[in-house]
Amino acid sequence: MLDGLKNKLRKFLGLEAKPDAEDDEAKAKLKQEIKSEVEAQSKPAEEAKKAADAAAEEEAKKQAESSEQISKESSTQEVEKVADKPKIGYIHMSGCTGDGMSLTENYDILSTLLTDMVDIVYGTTLVDLWEMPEMDLALVEGSVCLQDEHSVKELMEVREKSGLVCAFGSCAMTGCFTRYARGGQLAQPKHESFVPISDLIKVDCAIPGCPASPEIIAKVVVALINGDMDYLQPMLDMAACNLACGCDLQTNVVSKALCTGCGTCVLACPTRALEMVEGRPSHNKNRCIKCGACTTHCPRTWFPAEQIKKDLGL
Amino acid sequence: MAFGTYKEVVSARATDKAIQKVAQDGGIVSALLCYALEENIIEGAIVAGDTEDAWKPEPTIAMTPEEIIAAAGTKYTFSPNAIRLKEAVRQYGLEKIGTVGTPCQIMGLRKMQSYPFATRFVADKLALIIGIFCMENFPRDSLKTFVEGKMNSSLENVNKMDIGKGKFWITDPEKESGLALKETHGYEQAGCNICLDYVAELADVSTGSVGSPDGWSTVFTRTDNGADIFTAAVEAGVIETKPMDDVKPGLELLEKLANGKKDKGRKEIERRVNMGLPSPF
Repeated sequence: MLDGLKNKLRKFLGLEAKPDAEDDEAKAKLKQEIKSEVEAQSKPAEEAKKAADAAAEEEAKKQAESSEQISKESSTQEVEKVADKPKIGYIHMSGCTGDGMSLTENYDILSTLLTDMVDIVYGTTLVDLWEMPEMDLALVEGSVCLQDEHSVKELMEVREKSGLVCAFGSCAMTGCFTRYARGGQLAQPKHESFVPISDLIKVDCAIPGCPASPEIIAKVVVALINGDMDYLQPMLDMAACNLACGCDLQTNVVSKALCTGCGTCVLACPTRALEMVEGRPSHNKNRCIKCGACTTHCPRTWFPAEQIKKDLGL
Repeated sequence: MAFGTYKEVVSARATDKAIQKVAQDGGIVSALLCYALEENIIEGAIVAGDTEDAWKPEPTIAMTPEEIIAAAGTKYTFSPNAIRLKEAVRQYGLEKIGTVGTPCQIMGLRKMQSYPFATRFVADKLALIIGIFCMENFPRDSLKTFVEGKMNSSLENVNKMDIGKGKFWITDPEKESGLALKETHGYEQAGCNICLDYVAELADVSTGSVGSPDGWSTVFTRTDNGADIFTAAVEAGVIETKPMDDVKPGLELLEKLANGKKDKGRKEIERRVNMGLPSPF
């Protein structure tokens, strides 16, 4: 199951599955590096963890005594299981943290996710490290500010260190509302150019939404774990999109004789920038934040018929 | 597969006389929504309500059976019910919502449920989606144009519109008159011409007049949820049914129309793609 997971992720990243031995070695080395860094930086937390671990160990011992002795083999498997979890990084650029908040709204799956399924190896406030580690997947939230040297550098490093880069939320994907920045704000008056991350680096996958909903994040994570490429394909197809606006509906749907006035775009719009006039979406530029939700949700831009039937059991 | 996946198809009608009186055909949409509301399967429904302007429906959040029944009857123009879904969830606080829509409207809702990018905690609130058979739809001004220009009436005077037996029918206080459908084709919205779905293949339950006698509707149950609600409504005596084999004109006609829409749609898609235009299907 673990090999399957790893290979699925590799397949997802477009990488060939490597022989396990050499990979484990590299992984162990990397893990050691990360561990020593974490240790160096979080001594107090480490001590608290030690205390907790000791308590847990005590508990485990009691259980082991009362039941059968756990075989050596199974405990080795446990360790392997942990070592095989995909390594995920969360990188915060310019945005409101709405997507990160959406992620944490998946309370019911979050603990299982973080305990059994993925390793968060890097992330603002989550895992503070001086050095960015290698990652299987980097979730990048927020647009990148061209005048902010640190952000630009960090983004470049993300591309280098991560197998897969995902534009997480509309700010990363299209720039969204940060596109309207004009600078002139304390303490960085010259920060005025906030662009989609795909303007600077190759992006593999995009999850639009302002914010991306908790449900879509959960669905993506589950698809990723299961290697469900069919589900993820639309998000891979959207990776190169870096310009979204309500007027896309006019250009790509209404003006292409595709619109049926179903109203899904209006439902999707988070800022009420769309209304139906004569059965067609009418776009209020002053309200539009360029999140791309309307065009993404329109059933006439792309239509996942097979996925829907699968979801409905039809 | 002319009809998509379904569990059962029957001919049915509402038993409530009040619904029969105002219904387009068998009153299935009204009866099912009312039943679901009374049984607390849904807490409200988004339906195509009437407005001050004749034949200019607007999405309406109905909270009572009376409001649902007030919206009965087919309107052959747009009521994009989806546009009030967020409001129903967030302002009205509804946790279980029913709605009715054309096949394309249901495609939008189902896509939103499978890929809920920008609709935080909305997708799971849709408890019942009823689909209506649909060959094409008209902008309201199209209706106005041919009702006035070709049928010598006015929208204000029309009490009922219907499509059947190859004609578009209007009933006004003086008479019932029909216009050959080929006279209306030029007024359809173009987006309909690439649609391959006649019988709302992605709804929980879909219904329409074709296949059943006057005053009855043909009903497909599709999802588990849709089948459960429909079966419960039949058991409660809200809806009565007949086997399709016992009614005329029966499934054969429906199959002909459903396949006809698919064939025409595929041809139109091919034509457009050859011109370099995009197609989602």
